[in-house]
Amino acid sequence: MAEQSAKPLPAVDFLKIPENGEPYLEGHKCQCGAIFLGARSICSKCGARGKIAATRLSNRGKLYVYSIVFRSFPGIQTPYVSAIVDLDGGGTVKGNLINVEPDPKKIPFGMPVEVVYKDALGRKDREGNSYLSYFFQPAS
Amino acid sequence: MSEDVYVVGIDMIKFGRFPEKSVAELGAEAALLALDDAGVSIKDIEALWSGNLMYANAMVGQQILQLIGQTGIPVVNCANACATGATAFRDAWLAVKAGVYDLVLAVGVEQMGKGLLGGPGGSKGIPKEGLIGSMTMPAVFAEAGMEHARKYGTTFEQFAKVSVKNHHHSTLNPKAMYQIETPLDQVMNAEMISYPNTKLMCSVNVDGSAAAVLASAKKAKELGLKRAVKIRASVLTSDPWQERDLVMPDVNSCTRLAAKKAFEMAGVGPNDIDLVELHDCFATAELLHYENLGLCKDGEAGKLIDDGTTALGGKIPVNVSGGLLSKGHPLGATGIANVYEVSTHLRGEAGKRQVEGATLGMTHVIGLGSACAIHILEKVS
Repeated sequence: MAEQSAKPLPAVDFLKIPENGEPYLEGHKCQCGAIFLGARSICSKCGARGKIAATRLSNRGKLYVYSIVFRSFPGIQTPYVSAIVDLDGGGTVKGNLINVEPDPKKIPFGMPVEVVYKDALGRKDREGNSYLSYFFQPAS
Repeated sequence: MSEDVYVVGIDMIKFGRFPEKSVAELGAEAALLALDDAGVSIKDIEALWSGNLMYANAMVGQQILQLIGQTGIPVVNCANACATGATAFRDAWLAVKAGVYDLVLAVGVEQMGKGLLGGPGGSKGIPKEGLIGSMTMPAVFAEAGMEHARKYGTTFEQFAKVSVKNHHHSTLNPKAMYQIETPLDQVMNAEMISYPNTKLMCSVNVDGSAAAVLASAKKAKELGLKRAVKIRASVLTSDPWQERDLVMPDVNSCTRLAAKKAFEMAGVGPNDIDLVELHDCFATAELLHYENLGLCKDGEAGKLIDDGTTALGGKIPVNVSGGLLSKGHPLGATGIANVYEVSTHLRGEAGKRQVEGATLGMTHVIGLGSACAIHILEKVS
């Protein structure tokens, strides 16, 4: 069995946890402007090779669209809001929108949101490691 | 390009749940029905394209021939998500169009479990579903519908009306899984799966198969053109790059691209089409495709469902079969079942649900990930 990590691991590979400093979401941006989540070297928008560099994505953005999920796979607690957020400065990310009522009347399109970093709902892997994830909430 | 290609035989089994049968047995049933419809034998068939998603590595096409006749012909097994059946049909068309064969068979078959479709979110680390939003199919298509709501103010009620219409249509289709009316309040008050899609706004997971015999012009004339259907356009696209691709599977741009190419290939426009079978995997999806296929201008889809334009008897009936919502959606079979439905109307054999005077029809499927296949079909005599 692999050894348990003392620090939480990132829930997705584009969530970065620096040794000293705050966690952040990382995009990979091509010179043509396309932004990807996760490291890569070839752009699927323009086809250029080796023109992509890592970039730190903003912790603020606007709610593009969402769905309120009431039925999911077995063992997944519902309801939750599955949200698609356009981050300020570029990059679109999907995640759970928290601290809102699961009611479409209370969740306006375009609502300003912020990215917050928290434990991954208590989910652990087979080795017992804890994970850090990101969530969206209405901007303060 | 060489001469036109014709559908000379086509059929589907009644969709349902057949756990006692194997995938190959289900496929063989449709294959035999299509051969009989064409009045030909398996010995006349020069090649087979078999569409099946769940057992993509199991040589389902060869298994079908092991049940109905091992003649040594080439077999291609296709998998292309929910566009699997349409891809098998199209590649069969391509081979005849290229002049390689005169008579070929395309089969689509699927045996589905019950429950939600969608990925649980990777095997690495921890489960992502419900942590990084949702990747269940009802949620993905709910979000696609919400994009339309955001742009044009489309309402939950308008999306729900799609289910009312398609469930009504299926009461006229004996081969549909269900023949049950679902009034608007019943659709809207059904269990909410992923807002705005309730349970009655999700397609039905069923087992099913459909098959088609395709012929060159020469062979079709030899067999008789009376019930033949001409393939005026066959188009397959993948999803061109879009800004939100990574988190929002795009069903729109690949459909728009395919529709444009299909109309160009057929030399017709949306106004010439008499009926459409489109990919209503969720009620939200149908409205998006009215616009993607050019049945109306952008932003007018809600009006089309409100005023009955797309209901049987309306100007452009959509999913008269009952659609995926009520006829059922056996992934690999769907693309050929759509061609069966349109062909049946062009032949004037659709009974109570017949679109009167239909001469030109369109089929559309989307495989998420994404693939889009569109066919335009024409009555011959």
